[in-house]
Amino acid sequence: MMDEFAPDMIIEPLLVEKAVAGRRGYLFPALDVPAAPALDSRYARTGSARLPEASELDTVRHFSRLSTMAYGVDYGFYPLGSCTMKYNPKVNEEAASLDGFASVHPLQDEDTVQGSLALMYRTIEDLSELVGMKWGTLQGCAGAHGEYTGLKTIRTYFLHRNEMNRNKILIPVSAHGTNPASASMNGFEVVQVASDERGLVDIEDLKSKLDETVAGIMLTNPNTLGLFEKDIRKIASLVHEAGGLLYYDGANFNALMGMARPGDMGFDVVHLNLHKTFSTPHGGGGPGSGPVLVKEELVPYLPQPDIVFHKSTGRYAFKWNPKTSCGKVSGFWGNFLVIVRAYTYILCMGSDGLKAASQHAVLNANYMQAALRKVFPVAYDGLCKHEFVLTLEAMKEETGVSALDLAKGLVDMGIHPPTMYFPMIVHEALMFEPTESESKDTLDHACEAMKSLKETAYSDPEALHNAPCTAVITRVDEVRAAKSPVVRY
Amino acid sequence: MYSYIPHTEQETRAMLDAIGVKSLEDLFSDVKEAGCLLERPLDIEKGRSEEQTLDIIRGLAALNIKGVSFLGAGSYDHVIPSAVKSLSSLPAFSTAYTPYQPEISQGVLEAIFEYQSLICELTGMDVSNASLYDGASAAAEAASLAIADKRKSSRVVLSGTMHPFAIQCVKTWALGTGREVVVLPEKNGVNDYSSLESLLDDSAAAFIAQSPNRYGYLEDFTGVADLVHSRKCLFAISSDPLSLAMQKSQAEWGADIAFGDTQVLGIPMGFGGPYCGYMAVRQDLMRKIPGRIVGQTVDTEGRRAFVLTLQAREQHIKRERATSNICSNEALCSLTNVIYASLLGWEGLKEASSQSYSKAHYLAAGLKELGYCAGAGLAPFWCEFPVVFKSPEKLEEFTEEMKRNGIFSGVKLSRITLDRKDDSTLLVAVTEKRTREQLDRYLAIAKREAR
Ligand SMILES: Cc1ncc(COP(=O)(O)O)c(C=O)c1O
Repeated sequence: MMDEFAPDMIIEPLLVEKAVAGRRGYLFPALDVPAAPALDSRYARTGSARLPEASELDTVRHFSRLSTMAYGVDYGFYPLGSCTMKYNPKVNEEAASLDGFASVHPLQDEDTVQGSLALMYRTIEDLSELVGMKWGTLQGCAGAHGEYTGLKTIRTYFLHRNEMNRNKILIPVSAHGTNPASASMNGFEVVQVASDERGLVDIEDLKSKLDETVAGIMLTNPNTLGLFEKDIRKIASLVHEAGGLLYYDGANFNALMGMARPGDMGFDVVHLNLHKTFSTPHGGGGPGSGPVLVKEELVPYLPQPDIVFHKSTGRYAFKWNPKTSCGKVSGFWGNFLVIVRAYTYILCMGSDGLKAASQHAVLNANYMQAALRKVFPVAYDGLCKHEFVLTLEAMKEETGVSALDLAKGLVDMGIHPPTMYFPMIVHEALMFEPTESESKDTLDHACEAMKSLKETAYSDPEALHNAPCTAVITRVDEVRAAKSPVVRY
Repeated sequence: MYSYIPHTEQETRAMLDAIGVKSLEDLFSDVKEAGCLLERPLDIEKGRSEEQTLDIIRGLAALNIKGVSFLGAGSYDHVIPSAVKSLSSLPAFSTAYTPYQPEISQGVLEAIFEYQSLICELTGMDVSNASLYDGASAAAEAASLAIADKRKSSRVVLSGTMHPFAIQCVKTWALGTGREVVVLPEKNGVNDYSSLESLLDDSAAAFIAQSPNRYGYLEDFTGVADLVHSRKCLFAISSDPLSLAMQKSQAEWGADIAFGDTQVLGIPMGFGGPYCGYMAVRQDLMRKIPGRIVGQTVDTEGRRAFVLTLQAREQHIKRERATSNICSNEALCSLTNVIYASLLGWEGLKEASSQSYSKAHYLAAGLKELGYCAGAGLAPFWCEFPVVFKSPEKLEEFTEEMKRNGIFSGVKLSRITLDRKDDSTLLVAVTEKRTREQLDRYLAIAKREAR
């Protein structure tokens, strides 16, 4: 049940709260065939549903006002670490809006969807080349879904090899939460691998955990600290010698396009995030797309259907592989309109542009790190890749101002906060990922903002405990939300 | 080409100097030391201008052929009001990340709260999450929830009339994990419950079904909830949300979990995605549901505010013990849904639903009159029904002739079941968007073909 709020305690009423009985926002033409006999009462709904009753303009104003209470890449700097909030080019939107893509049904005859099939085929080709894999699937709908799909492919590979004893997945302590969650959804046991003093995989700890029960290891490279795993070839040979496979979480691939390929490092399975590296908008939480690319020996076990090109006829077609495929992971063929955007981006950028994007993403991160190193300690200092992590532990101890408080201070300066409290191995962590889209002056401004916020922390800590003060609301009571949940009207 | 990278040469130089390296390549010395530097250009063509890019993209789009669509089987050509696209593409919505910072995300959070309410209202359930990937993958999440809810369980029973792709998703979820998926047989296109009790053995956690089912028929779930609950299992029903404006909601059938795909609520067919999965549950399962949930709270001034809540279920806190691995979901699609439903209101949803129903019945009756075996008449249907031809060849002739006339007349059942025995069955879907004229044209061609 919704609580009662005085009118001035409500920023924007729910549309349903303003319902006017009988008001409509869209009208259908009158039914032009005879009405069919009513549904048998055994099947017929009796209850109604409480929904808004609003005009089109009421609806337009409501959602337009809501959109003014949101913050996207189009509004300002969004250095949310691990999320690659780069600019989402407008041409991508035009491409995805083309009627020839948007209005096509997934089960049309294949001869009527050659354009869609060609686009998907070429996307898999280009992504495979980018990461050094043989082939892949586009069925995954986000990063975590790609992880689930890739691990399922590994599971199926071992099933066919009669190696079901391989029941463990090794995951570094610094990994993103989806990694262990995806492993356990696939029925794997999760074994943690320690990080060493460099913030990299602890090789001795890894060795001690490798045996014939290990199915593989999940890594992201650069890792969640933004550091390149320098021992990756060693790690790969150790894992392969033990009979396991290497899984690459592509959340951080924006650091390496055209510079290095997971396949060459020894990885066997990769997922990419088209909603990160390939510039598709994140939509306030999705939809994304998580293609999975694999080495040749794993191709038969990918989800079905595959897309094939028949040279003789010049036609593309779906191909089902029920004997070996792990099956399906989503309803149709994946988040196609997201894939259209990503392919548009690849066409536009080309091999040279993609490489330049990664180089400048790394340039921006190192430039910011160099400036901010003078303000806060870098958790694991050195050459970073596309992101880096600061620790605000000392400031917290000395002033009581936390990483969260400082992040809220950034909001008042028009900057979206970086990722907070991740990875878990860093205390009072703030993770910055500026991306290549941002200019030097934007970065300079953000570094200045951090510096002045630090000064505020020491001079007037209270001000930051109370930040932000320029947003439509102040800080929220999260405990109340979770303790007595109101999750619907 | 590089226009998305703003750096001038001078700026790049100044930034490299500030870092203390000589060149962009030097920023990758660690990669080089590790022996991982790619020493050749990628085998991908060089960059293009925006116009050159669009030429290629438009060329691909033009290779796709459109027709008057009677295709369904999980994706439907419903009317989408113009305001839906215009509002859902507002850049503050589309270019935002997940609303981790509530102070600057109230708009996104309130819209999700409205979406959750919409789903609860349609399904009759108590708690909805903020979305899942799609309806088929939501079936696997429902199975996962049920297994987690019952100790020592390993089996889920699926209705054999569920969409075959959803069944595949659940089987994939079970593959290689020790979980077991058994399929309840069907009779005359609907569930045959005679073996359900025995299939729901002690290891079973759930019975999962779908209505309208894979043929378009409505399932009769009378007594099913009691049976399933007596076996200490959960009952999950997947339904087309627009059908819920006419047919009994999941709550009315006594289900514990409601799920499905919201494509029908304003999302373009888009060759199969992005769509959006919904899931709603009874109150007591609230802390077991996968995915994000937005809740109401107050800010320090006592104003109403919204925030991501009940996060102790989720991967970023619980890691391998989370209820699901889902992180990014389909937020912009759920926003699309709530905009669509706001414009239509309950009356509009009922209208879209009942017009689809009447038009589908008009077409089915017309086909029957022409001697086609349409809708079989065994169970009621909503907006989709099967037509059984005498042979695969007859079906082929029919659909080809329709195609020559610009009509996509239906989905061959074997396209989704992958079973040759379904080669002579056509699934025909009719939405409120089809006009009398289009229906009559369909029937006129069918009449010629019937001869
Ligand atoms: C390192 C890492 N892995 C996995 C994910 C999950 O990706 P998604 O949200 O697309 O499911 C993220 C997302 O933030 C991430 O940063």
